[in-house]
Amino acid sequence: MLDIAVAFSRYRFLGPEFLTWLWYAIETDPDGIKAAAMGRGLLTVGDRIVLESSADQPAERVTITGENADLGEGIVALKKGALVAELRLHYMAGDQEWRFSLKGDTLALMGLKTPRSVPVESPDEVEGAVVDKVGLCDEVVRLLDSLFLRFIKLRVSERWREKAVSGIKAWIKAARP
Amino acid sequence: MGLLSSSVALARYRVDGKLEEPVLETVAESLQRHVIGDIDGNAAEKAVGWTSFETPYRPDFAGSSLVIGAYFVFALRVDKKAIPRGVIRKYCAAEEARELARTGARYLAREEKRRIRAQVEEGLLLTIPATPNIFDVIWHYEAGELWLCSTLKEANEALETLFYRTFHLSLIRLFPFTLAELSAKLSSSEHDRLLALSPTSLRG
Repeated sequence: MLDIAVAFSRYRFLGPEFLTWLWYAIETDPDGIKAAAMGRGLLTVGDRIVLESSADQPAERVTITGENADLGEGIVALKKGALVAELRLHYMAGDQEWRFSLKGDTLALMGLKTPRSVPVESPDEVEGAVVDKVGLCDEVVRLLDSLFLRFIKLRVSERWREKAVSGIKAWIKAARP
Repeated sequence: MGLLSSSVALARYRVDGKLEEPVLETVAESLQRHVIGDIDGNAAEKAVGWTSFETPYRPDFAGSSLVIGAYFVFALRVDKKAIPRGVIRKYCAAEEARELARTGARYLAREEKRRIRAQVEEGLLLTIPATPNIFDVIWHYEAGELWLCSTLKEANEALETLFYRTFHLSLIRLFPFTLAELSAKLSSSEHDRLLALSPTSLRG
């Protein structure tokens, strides 16, 4: 395996490409996304998107945030060649709800709010609460892995250049700012 | 933000290698050897060590439930003393004035000022308490996966260094490339194509 620091820097573009593809896939291929979620839930884009244009020096960042955020500004940034650097997502499975942000370069999960687990009221309850919370976090981790696996298999295939890139470009072009 | 907080941050790692059997004893003993030390009342500015998940201010692995479900659950603790610059300046000014009065000199040499500053800082470090920062660690030993409940660069770097020093096992941070290499089960031709990838322009 390559040196970690070298690999991080050399393939840093994979994270923003993944998040941009994810936004596109959520909008245009909900069934594919549902399949990646093992048919369990519905994934939607949340109330915060950060886009970054790496071609500019220094990089230009556009942050769209708020409950009723206008994603049009994000589309404008995509049209100018920016990619998604950070994406807030909302995942519903049955009556359970998760909210979290994904950072493109590290794929770190931030601000992960899981469905409410049983509150800890005595030391005896800590163990159960930990098992419960780890399970709830793991649900999102597995979803992320499944989505990333779908992306990376596509990214290293001929289908990326032949189909996916033109699909994403057409989606960006057709989207109204 | 800890695991049981309402909002959690997670950095994910792959653990490279296995520990000596019996694993539970090895983990407990190794954590105890690198337990966080108390730096209150001494001149140290920073301490990094392990602590227990349930009692992070009284680290004790013997009495704590290190194993919860299928996981080892403990915490990284980073204690730091931060002296406000203004406080350092104030004490240095007083010390420098005393030194000028004592020697009768009109100015202090740069080296002398540096010595006074070091002395002042050391004195202040003895008196101020360290602020503890606690980051929960969840280690799924059988799966070779570890989570740190923080995405702060300093916490992640401290974890990577201390984990290796403690267990002699490397942590591999999972980011897009390492996740692709280690988890995506790519065929050898897919792996070759992964290595050859370059950025795509998606400008619409």
